[in-house]
Amino acid sequence: MVQHVQGFDTTFGAIADATRRGVLEQLGRADASITALAKRFHMSLTGMKKHVSVLERAGLVRTEKVGRVRTCRLGGRRLEEEAAWIESYRRIWAERFEGMDRVVEELKQKEKSNGS
Amino acid sequence: MEVNQQNETKVERKSDLELVVTHTVDAPARLVWEAWTKPELFRQWWVPKSYGLNLASCEMNVRVGGQYRLAFLHEGSTMEFFGTYLEVTPPSRLVWTNDEGDAGQTVTTVTFSESGGKTLLTVSNLYPSKEALEADGSTVALPESLDQLDELLAGMGAK
Repeated sequence: MVQHVQGFDTTFGAIADATRRGVLEQLGRADASITALAKRFHMSLTGMKKHVSVLERAGLVRTEKVGRVRTCRLGGRRLEEEAAWIESYRRIWAERFEGMDRVVEELKQKEKSNGS
Repeated sequence: MEVNQQNETKVERKSDLELVVTHTVDAPARLVWEAWTKPELFRQWWVPKSYGLNLASCEMNVRVGGQYRLAFLHEGSTMEFFGTYLEVTPPSRLVWTNDEGDAGQTVTTVTFSESGGKTLLTVSNLYPSKEALEADGSTVALPESLDQLDELLAGMGAK
């Protein structure tokens, strides 16, 4: 846990924006050039460059210039760790709620059968 | 907070100190409230199955200033979780402290918001420090793949 605690906030700041989350989602499926991302999100090249640089600073995206094209891909382990961290927390609750839903459903059925 | 369409469970990190979990239950708030405040019901679901832990005892004195104490048996030793109810407003709001941690008190606030026969549950955990928050999620093994990314993003409210 210790390594990724630094930069945690930068990361959460970076993914606080809907477009940037969309970009991450997109890059999760396939690498893409900044031009393609700008087109995909109906945005100017400059606007997309800004978003990508925020993600890059947070260590979420890596870019590489080959010839005239700058390609973006998901980068760094930090996102992976943080995704896993939130996801593990979510999973505990999802599991807990599964059990709770069952208990509540039983209460509902009991009430129904008592009422009829 | 937007209302969930399905009964999915979402987690949002609100700040350095606060994690908020939401889940919609297909039942009126008064029944969901029962599941949270009657020990014989609460003990049936509070411990996630995958923990493989047995709840040895579950005492809950659900009134303002009342105490709760949960005891688990784990590999021969007993782990205890305990605290005090700060607010008890049936069937809409329940607040308690978690006093077992070394690093200070975590406060859990549960709100039950009924609409159209369904109940939106919002569970907020307010930790005493960033470190305490980050330590809480690490109690389970971390999954290793990036497969959860989409799920995470969806969970954080990406439309």
